[in-house]
Amino acid sequence: MRTPPSLLSLSIDSALLNLSNFSDLSPLPDHILLDLFLRTLKAGKLTEKILMLFMATGKDEVLALIQSLNIQLITPVLPTSKKMSQTNIGDDEVDIVIGALHADLTSFLNEWRPLFSRFHLIIVKDPDLREELKIPEGFNLHVYTKSDIDRVVGSSYTAINFSGYSCRYFGYLMSRKKYIFSVDDDCIPAKDDKGLSVDAVDQHITNLATPATPFFFNTLYDPFRKGTDFVRGYPFSLRSGVTCALSCGLWLNLADHDAPTQALKPGHRNSRYVDAVLTVPARALMPVSGVNIAFNRELAGPALFPGLRLAAEGKLRWETVEDIWCGLCVKVVCDHLGLGVKTGLPYVWRNDRGNAIESLKKEWEGVKLMEEVVPFFQSVRLSQAAVTTEDCMLEIVALVKERLATLDPVFARAAQAMADWIKLWKAVGSGSGSSRPSNG
Amino acid sequence: MAGTPATPLLKDELDIVIPTIRNLDFLEMWRPFFQQYHLIIVQDGDPSKTIRVPDGFDYELYNRNDINRILGPKASCISFKDSACRCFGYLVSKKKYIYTIDDDCFVAKDPSGKDINALEQHIKNLLAPSTPFFFNTLYDPYRDGADFVRGYPFSLREGVPTAVSHGLWLNIPDYDAPTQLVKPRERNTRYVDAVMTIPKGTLFPMCGMNLGFNRELIGPAMYFGLMGDGQPIGRYDDMWAGWCTKIICDHMGLGIKTGLPYIWHSKASNPFVNLKKEYKGIYWQEELIPFFQSVILPKECTTVQKCYIELSKQVRAKLGKVDEYFIKLADAMVTWIEAWDELNPSGASAEVRNGPAK
Repeated sequence: MRTPPSLLSLSIDSALLNLSNFSDLSPLPDHILLDLFLRTLKAGKLTEKILMLFMATGKDEVLALIQSLNIQLITPVLPTSKKMSQTNIGDDEVDIVIGALHADLTSFLNEWRPLFSRFHLIIVKDPDLREELKIPEGFNLHVYTKSDIDRVVGSSYTAINFSGYSCRYFGYLMSRKKYIFSVDDDCIPAKDDKGLSVDAVDQHITNLATPATPFFFNTLYDPFRKGTDFVRGYPFSLRSGVTCALSCGLWLNLADHDAPTQALKPGHRNSRYVDAVLTVPARALMPVSGVNIAFNRELAGPALFPGLRLAAEGKLRWETVEDIWCGLCVKVVCDHLGLGVKTGLPYVWRNDRGNAIESLKKEWEGVKLMEEVVPFFQSVRLSQAAVTTEDCMLEIVALVKERLATLDPVFARAAQAMADWIKLWKAVGSGSGSSRPSNG
Repeated sequence: MAGTPATPLLKDELDIVIPTIRNLDFLEMWRPFFQQYHLIIVQDGDPSKTIRVPDGFDYELYNRNDINRILGPKASCISFKDSACRCFGYLVSKKKYIYTIDDDCFVAKDPSGKDINALEQHIKNLLAPSTPFFFNTLYDPYRDGADFVRGYPFSLREGVPTAVSHGLWLNIPDYDAPTQLVKPRERNTRYVDAVMTIPKGTLFPMCGMNLGFNRELIGPAMYFGLMGDGQPIGRYDDMWAGWCTKIICDHMGLGIKTGLPYIWHSKASNPFVNLKKEYKGIYWQEELIPFFQSVILPKECTTVQKCYIELSKQVRAKLGKVDEYFIKLADAMVTWIEAWDELNPSGASAEVRNGPAK
């Protein structure tokens, strides 16, 4: 009959049964360690923790065996649908850029603390702001002020003005992360239609991490969201989607209307929570609001800049259109390069601020300019040679000079600002650790 | 605008078209919302079967014998054994608006638990303008509580007439067969409180389950194709109508909206049966989409009928190569327009913004 098991063999069996109780295997002699390892494999008991235990012994033979068997640690597959289509975006790949138009950021940052604390923040102080910034403790952040702007930009890029809402673009320039989330300093986290707090950062990251579908409209909106999919009739060849370069969020309470609209309906507040994210179709243009956006810095960065500056631009969104201009540039570029732009969730809560009628008295210019701006962008056609965002932007600059500059000096200045920005981006802004098309 | 008036009923200007092969029991649930309207029932399948219509509804019912009698040889363009036959109802209607719904669609509830009057929402959508030339990030700006966002050019804020209102479905989602097979349990539970205009130049998959349209503006384009018995394809009827309609709406400067209202879709069709029906469509679609995306309608096409005939020529020329089915379909498209003009001689569905409403 079979020889009875040896004492050693029984000991190893017992060790195997109690493997999870061990914290250190290094006292074991090499040959016993090896035997134990092989039995662990055979018994199917090799977990991550147990593997680490064996590797921690540092014994050559065990390590060599692990390597020759090609045993690797695999990140567990999370139970979310369409995981294959989702890029993993780590917290360390995101910068949160805040343009500080108000000196006291205490309550703003405290409201956002639960959502911001795990990220790196870039705060850019409006160069026109005189007071010192007040920033609460506990954030991993970097502050840029007028002196930094002057130092980096110097006197070579005179067309670019970083004051007011445009200060955030300096943050985009200085960031070295792949993704940026930017929100106005008069917004706080919103609650959804069920009363739950909205994690705006997380939603933007999800929007950027999942594909966009600009070539065909999905009537169930973003097909990559949980609980939904492509509808019947959606071509299969278009279902893998394209990279999302820009995610545009929305606002509850004070919506981003222009001054005339808000002045006409002073009590009007946006209370409708629309539970959708959708891709803005290719060749469809839209007004991008800079109040709550996130983007892929490599792809969209060169197209987001302080370009269209109104003569009497002020410190309220009603008195600017610079973000609308950039948004149109980004969309045209994305359409040309086959990238996507999403809109919808997440919402932020926008605090009441300012007086629409006052802004209206002060500033009509933005509203008038849109009448020229929109048809212009609708007619822009870029050449096949433009294969990067920078290439596309240079072509747009030329077209602005050719077609818009003569209509209003503000456009000529915008074209100059765009040209300067591209140079500045190449000189200072390029590079973020990931490979991109070589372009200076 | 403060104090929006109640939505007009339009009960003398709207017909509800329902294709059915089973029964009309679902109408009981819709009674509070539908009873005031005239129904056009298109009975598919065996004409000797009697379909009982619940009491109290004002309706006309057509079975296959009626279709053959009314259209004669032109009846060949109307599908048999497929809900595509519903477009016969559009042909014989005399009203300005059509609402069509499937017999397995019931009244849904909104998040507050209230019953949704789908028809009322479709009417709101159709009576308010569309905005296809520039996307409004707050969706339909004409809705209560919404408006245009900053940056939206004022010259585009008048919008264009809305030709189609495409509603959605809670519960059983409208997935194709492969998706149904992979996700048999998925239910659409997300109520998205939005209506939006589908931008010009963008195609979409139109579902005929919960659809409203302005018959005078776009009726002739709503041909649901050759499907079902004797045809190599099924479940692409509404898709086909949707692509043709979108192209023509883009050309004529009309708008198509999608989103609210929701209905409750109760019956999940058999995915294996669906796969057999859709199979060819899944492959042909890959040719159809580039075809539709590149269609250019000449300026001379100033009416929907002219656009549609031109489209049929291009279908024959370019898609005939894909399969001879498309040659048959092109013929059927022409037959459809001939039938339309014969049954609607006043030319009420001609140019955009023609005469006053009936």
